[in-house]
Amino acid sequence: MPTALKILIAGGFGVGKTTMVGSVSEVPPLETEERITEASLGIDDLAGVEGKFSTTVAMDFGRITISPELVLYLFGTPGQDRFWFMWDDLALGALGAVVLADTRRLDASFASVDFFEEREIPFAVGVNCFDGRRECTSRQVREALDLGPSTPVMLCDVRDRGSSKTVLLALLEVARAQASARLTAAAGR
Amino acid sequence: MPDPRWFDDEEAGRHVRPYAITGGRTRHSRHTFALITLVVTRSPDETGYEPLEPESAEILDVCRDRAVAVAEIAAHLDLPVSVVKVLCGDLLNASMILVQSPPAETDKPSVELIERVMDGIRQL
Repeated sequence: MPTALKILIAGGFGVGKTTMVGSVSEVPPLETEERITEASLGIDDLAGVEGKFSTTVAMDFGRITISPELVLYLFGTPGQDRFWFMWDDLALGALGAVVLADTRRLDASFASVDFFEEREIPFAVGVNCFDGRRECTSRQVREALDLGPSTPVMLCDVRDRGSSKTVLLALLEVARAQASARLTAAAGR
Repeated sequence: MPDPRWFDDEEAGRHVRPYAITGGRTRHSRHTFALITLVVTRSPDETGYEPLEPESAEILDVCRDRAVAVAEIAAHLDLPVSVVKVLCGDLLNASMILVQSPPAETDKPSVELIERVMDGIRQL
């Protein structure tokens, strides 16, 4: 039986998350939904559900079979950040995340960046230049999002498999550096 | 005594009905599944022959040929993920499926594992 891993693709609505999932997935993006309720927040009871907080979030995802023992799932986070942030299962145990940014709406990426920074989930920022526009340089995006030097920022075109792969590899490089640092820290104890 | 009243779809709300399949349960009492917990159907001769809900029978069909993540099952069945988790919990209780949980949150990925993923992505 293989083991499954996951990477999240986050970012504001319409920034190209599903396109990126589709450009590298071995199957066309699948869609599923989850109902976020107070039950999801740890209250285990459906009684009187009408009076409780409840919303449905949809997400797209794809699959990459790495080997017979390893399957990687890519989850595009739901467009409305304020809801998926409550869905801990989505981020829990992720290898890392790609935050897609649109230079016209960089503020839509703030919440995702904060979310991954707070949880120390490795991430890379991909600036999607889907119609050839390169109004901002990666340096300007880095400054606007107030990113540390270890977070890669890359211009990309998520319709292109090669470009999406480059962003994913940059993210995994960060994850590898973190894993390596953990190893060093453990050896030093 | 007043007649018991049926709620029509509008009154009941569209989100409530999927949970009728689970008897109102929003999570399984014994088993915890993640979005990427993998599920494989055990071969029929290994399992009993309890009558199954149609949705549970569909899960067994979807997971017969390969290991399928809970999120994928939910997409194929067009059901919320939490409903699929409850149904899978029942199937696991009945020993009709095998499951593989993803690495625990505390079990951080190793350099070697991350490099295997990187190699896989390079080869796409």
